[in-house]
Amino acid sequence: MALRVGCAAPPGRAHDNKTGSWRVFKPVFKYEQCVKCGLCEVVCPEGCVYEREDGYYVADYDYCKGCGLCAEECPVDDIEMVQEEK
Amino acid sequence: MMEILEGSHAVAEAVKRCRPQVIAAYPITPQTHIVEALASMVADCDLDADYICVESEFSALSACLGASAAGSRVYSATTSQGLALMFEVCFNVAGMRQPIVMTIANRAMGAPLNIWNDQQDSISLRDAGWMQFYAEDNQEANDLHYIAYKVAENHDVLLPAMVCFDGFILTHTYEPVDIPTQEEVDAFLPAYQPVNILDAKNPMSLGMYATPEYYTEFRYEIEEAMKRARKVFAEVGAEFGETFGRDYSGLIEGYRLEDADVALVAMGSICGTVKDAVDEMREDGKKVGLLKIRSFRPFPSEEVKAALAGVSTVAVLDKNISIGQKGAVALEVRDALYGSSGAEVLDYIIALGGRDVRKRDIRAVVDLAEKGIGDQFYGLRTEVL
Repeated sequence: MALRVGCAAPPGRAHDNKTGSWRVFKPVFKYEQCVKCGLCEVVCPEGCVYEREDGYYVADYDYCKGCGLCAEECPVDDIEMVQEEK
Repeated sequence: MMEILEGSHAVAEAVKRCRPQVIAAYPITPQTHIVEALASMVADCDLDADYICVESEFSALSACLGASAAGSRVYSATTSQGLALMFEVCFNVAGMRQPIVMTIANRAMGAPLNIWNDQQDSISLRDAGWMQFYAEDNQEANDLHYIAYKVAENHDVLLPAMVCFDGFILTHTYEPVDIPTQEEVDAFLPAYQPVNILDAKNPMSLGMYATPEYYTEFRYEIEEAMKRARKVFAEVGAEFGETFGRDYSGLIEGYRLEDADVALVAMGSICGTVKDAVDEMREDGKKVGLLKIRSFRPFPSEEVKAALAGVSTVAVLDKNISIGQKGAVALEVRDALYGSSGAEVLDYIIALGGRDVRKRDIRAVVDLAEKGIGDQFYGLRTEVL
């Protein structure tokens, strides 16, 4: 994305603002206990958790901020917050 | 046309001729007469602008920022604690590359509370990304506003500018000032052509947040724009000289520096006193000169280095102090000369809080500098310590 004078951006450019390098922990979906309840998708404040074709859920790490809400709310503890490798 | 005007009114006349579309300001001594005059002009329909009454300086500059983002030419004025209250917005204005011009009627910072002149207020905002131009007299204060708008709005720059002139010493002093006609100013200063504006027909967000992946590059672009402002100021100042007969092509101005052994460095109205003192000392056979800094941001390092190339002693008159270090101007001059000059750079904190400076004080500073005594508060009243 080329910078625009005045920190200006047209609508929709939020998609360009990917999380980048500053996330500390990311959610790893283990699919060991998952019951496909979809709560992780509901609580994700970034809206970056989505349902795959097989019914399981996954986070888009381009936009995930690592807040941990999905792991905290998962009723079967199937999501683990793992420290990013730097 | 030559008129005898109070400095504040000379500035108000300049601002009026720049045709700002939005003015938002909060009155504060010694800036008050500027905005009072502009408010009267708007009320009397002499100036077609929206004058926004606000409850604080923070709101004043915030209103200016919004108006500028909507594509208007914008003006504000403040001083001292008022400028301090604008601190947060100042950084946003520069970061959003809005070419707002703001007059600073330089005044001391409290505490202790003091309404008189020094340059601590604007100097303390030197890192905000605003250009800073310092006027020696009311003619220069008037002229720098036309130049400031033209430089700020240049698409190679797009940075805000402070035109700084000394509170009371200039703001409340009557001097003859040559005020250009509206037609002359219109020919010199075209209408503002914004790059990105808030427009419902073409939606745009201004002042977006930037992640660590982008923030550094935004700051770099501001710095590069500030570097380009050096050349743009020189070009615009030269054009002003050709149009109005008063040349401002120099970011600095040398006075009797050609063969000087001792160079005084100063900004603002004190330069007038220094010039008279230099003339007297020259008559006494002392090889003394003045380097006046007109543009503190961008700082003209190369020009300063060239101007002081043959000088053995540099005495900087700082009407400010960066507490814990020295005066800010001295630090800049030392940086400019670093590695290229054997000159001794001595700093004198002087004229704080409106303390008067006479020609004899300038001579005393030169005497101290010749003895190598410096980096001190000049004229400290030890009896009250």
